[in-house]
Amino acid sequence: MKALRNFIDKIKPSFEAGGKLEMFHSVFEGVETFLFVPNTTSRSGVHIHDNIDSKRAISMVILALIPALLFGMYNVGYQHYLAIGQDAGFVMTFLFGLLAVLPKIVVAYVVGLGIEFTVAQMRGHEIQEGFLVTGMLIPMIVPVDTPLWMIAVATAFAVIFAKEVFGGTGMNIFNVALVTRAVLFFSYPGKMSGDNVFVRTSDTFGIGAGSAVEGYSGATPLGQVAVNTGDVLNMTNIVGEPVSLWDSFVGLIPGSIGETSTLAILIGAAILLYTKIASWRIMLSVFVGGIVMGYICNFFATPAIPGTMLSPWEQICLGGFAFAAVFMATDPVTGSRTETGQYIYGFLIGVIAIIIRVYNSGYPEGAMLAVLLMNVFAPLIDYFVVEANMKRRRKRAKINA
Amino acid sequence: MANVIKLKKGLDINLKGKPQQIIKDAPKSEFYAVIPDDYHGIVPKVVVKAGDKVEAGTPLMVDKNRPEVKFVSPVSGEVTAVTRGERRKVLDITVKADENQVYKDFGKQSVASLSAQQIKELLLEAGMFAFIKQRPYDVVANPEVAPRDIFVSAFDSAPLAPDFNFVVSGQESDFQTGLDALAKLTEGKVYVGMKAGKEIPVKGVTPISFDGPHPAGNVGVQIHHIAPVNKGETVWTVSAFDVIVIGRLFNKGIVDFSRLVAVTGSEIENPVYVNTVIGAKVETLLQGNLKKSDYHQRIISGNVLTGTHIDKEGYLRAPHSQITVIPEGDECHEFFGWATPGFGKFSISHTFFSWLAGRNKEYVMDARLHGGRRAIIMSGEYDKVLPMDILPEFLIKATLAFEVDKMENLGIYEIAPEDVALCEFVDTSKLEVQKIIRDGLDELMKEMM
Repeated sequence: MKALRNFIDKIKPSFEAGGKLEMFHSVFEGVETFLFVPNTTSRSGVHIHDNIDSKRAISMVILALIPALLFGMYNVGYQHYLAIGQDAGFVMTFLFGLLAVLPKIVVAYVVGLGIEFTVAQMRGHEIQEGFLVTGMLIPMIVPVDTPLWMIAVATAFAVIFAKEVFGGTGMNIFNVALVTRAVLFFSYPGKMSGDNVFVRTSDTFGIGAGSAVEGYSGATPLGQVAVNTGDVLNMTNIVGEPVSLWDSFVGLIPGSIGETSTLAILIGAAILLYTKIASWRIMLSVFVGGIVMGYICNFFATPAIPGTMLSPWEQICLGGFAFAAVFMATDPVTGSRTETGQYIYGFLIGVIAIIIRVYNSGYPEGAMLAVLLMNVFAPLIDYFVVEANMKRRRKRAKINA
Repeated sequence: MANVIKLKKGLDINLKGKPQQIIKDAPKSEFYAVIPDDYHGIVPKVVVKAGDKVEAGTPLMVDKNRPEVKFVSPVSGEVTAVTRGERRKVLDITVKADENQVYKDFGKQSVASLSAQQIKELLLEAGMFAFIKQRPYDVVANPEVAPRDIFVSAFDSAPLAPDFNFVVSGQESDFQTGLDALAKLTEGKVYVGMKAGKEIPVKGVTPISFDGPHPAGNVGVQIHHIAPVNKGETVWTVSAFDVIVIGRLFNKGIVDFSRLVAVTGSEIENPVYVNTVIGAKVETLLQGNLKKSDYHQRIISGNVLTGTHIDKEGYLRAPHSQITVIPEGDECHEFFGWATPGFGKFSISHTFFSWLAGRNKEYVMDARLHGGRRAIIMSGEYDKVLPMDILPEFLIKATLAFEVDKMENLGIYEIAPEDVALCEFVDTSKLEVQKIIRDGLDELMKEMM
């Protein structure tokens, strides 16, 4: 480590102001602080600081995403081999998924971080870590067959227009990963929904060649619900076997890469809550909102609106609901920042997600839109909470006066 | 006790180097200093020059705007220098102490027989008024404004803080006399915040007990829960350690600035209490007690949250009854620090495995920020450590933007920089929260003049 440190100290001057490589100052600083904890000491105010910094906080979120990501990779392989009717064993199944997902992660990171680095240098800022999470989220919320160039275009659009124009990490109004998803969805609906994008039937880098078995259908359970007819809800997996609540909880169902396993997502939730990185208020109230609205919908169940026939538990286990509750709604920058506001914010996300999902037949999944919609309202909710605090103070002054 | 206010929010940082209850006498300091920066909100006007002979109690400077507020020499001797910095700002006034101390005689007096006006004049004359601060703005009090109430916090909850119960033992009568004098200065009440379960018996004032982690001992937090400061109101606050000094003035008739100082921190061999005088050279307090090190050390007058960074040749600052020495940490290059398990790294979050060690583990912390400055990303961090009905994040943002109406409505008048010190400690974004609030208060005060 000493040698590396010496090397960094040696090349440091050329990156400082006036140095030959000044144009790469932000990148250099980013790499340096990535390798070594900055040793600047406090100049004013408190003399000691909590050990946490944004790098640590961000790495906890990434850590929390890992279970869902690994499971997602396995599931991509699992669905593939199920579709072509082969049993490839655990290793090959996972490898298939890994190779299918990895390029997406690489593309999202390269495009997003490239923009981030450039903008940081232009503004003379330090590189902020926010995109490390966004770049991981993007591949997890898209279908496995999304073309890489689309991810690149959507990521670039989202990072520039949803984040950098607002001032970068911490200033954005909308969750960047969700904007990416929304851009993809509304620009290329054919590639982002329907029955043919959630399961890869072709090979990946030559692995797992084969053709889909007879009776194969790549529709997600929620996709099937949306077009269900009759009094009985029929949800099947891709080869026609019925899907139980347990299947959807574990996550061996077709869907966006990281969103299928409620179990893996809950492991991530446990990490986020235990480390106190995410707000338990938001997370809890999204689930409460979803379950409450699920009950209401289920109470008025009618075959005309097949979504109402789902039980509240199925509602939160299916689709992207759990993922949105744990990883999207809890984004502190775009969510409510007051404690009271967080309850309201989360609850409404849960409610709206289910409403969109159930009553809008054109769009079987509502979690993403619900979070984006509430992103808009988060400042308004906070405004009222802050106003209430101000009002208490003014009232107190009047009583005393 | 009937009156216990329980506070849940806050944080006790368990640091290494707590003072043992042993008292040592510091060797006499050769030089003493009066430092204008210790008295926020005044404009110093020096009234002595180098070579002047002074007694303990002779004014060295006055407030230019209110010349009746005097700042006196803690010892008798010869003024050696008036040090000035940029734009002729007075940095300090140093006095070389005589072998035999001569005290200016103010006359022993009984508080009961004096009027409020007489007490105020005596405090002003003897330089004691400098210890009285006011809210709003957290500055040296304006003697012309009658305070609604006076608040004294009789315990310090900051990390490694001196135990006031220990300091006051043997000086209870001075403490009581000081409180009696304060009681005369207000039409309202004198509230004394006590640590629940460790109340100190006092008379003629209103004791209120507080239970909870730091900042329960901060007078600002106590005011907020007893009788908050509204717009247009003024309250005074006095540190309990200074109430003792005020009491001595009446009981002894002289200015006796001797003070029991806790010498604490992980860089101290034997953390103990040391008997000294305000303004003494810090080296006399540390003599032989500082750990030998090949790395840098940071000497702080006061505690790690609100204290002042001083150098080895520095002086014990007037508001402080504590010296803390911690490692500086600037030579430290920690490889992949953000990714290590971090068993010995303290954090209020559970992002480091230090939570495994439990609450009783004592930590050694250095002065590093541990990260770069960022926009405010995490939410609710500040709220967890500020036990007040104030929305710190919004107040800080309003202060940064200097939106006066919003600052007022969000409670700027109730807060002092020390109250948000823990917010600054826990901040993932490493903002200088105390400085933001201090600058905001200063700006606001100018605006209101």
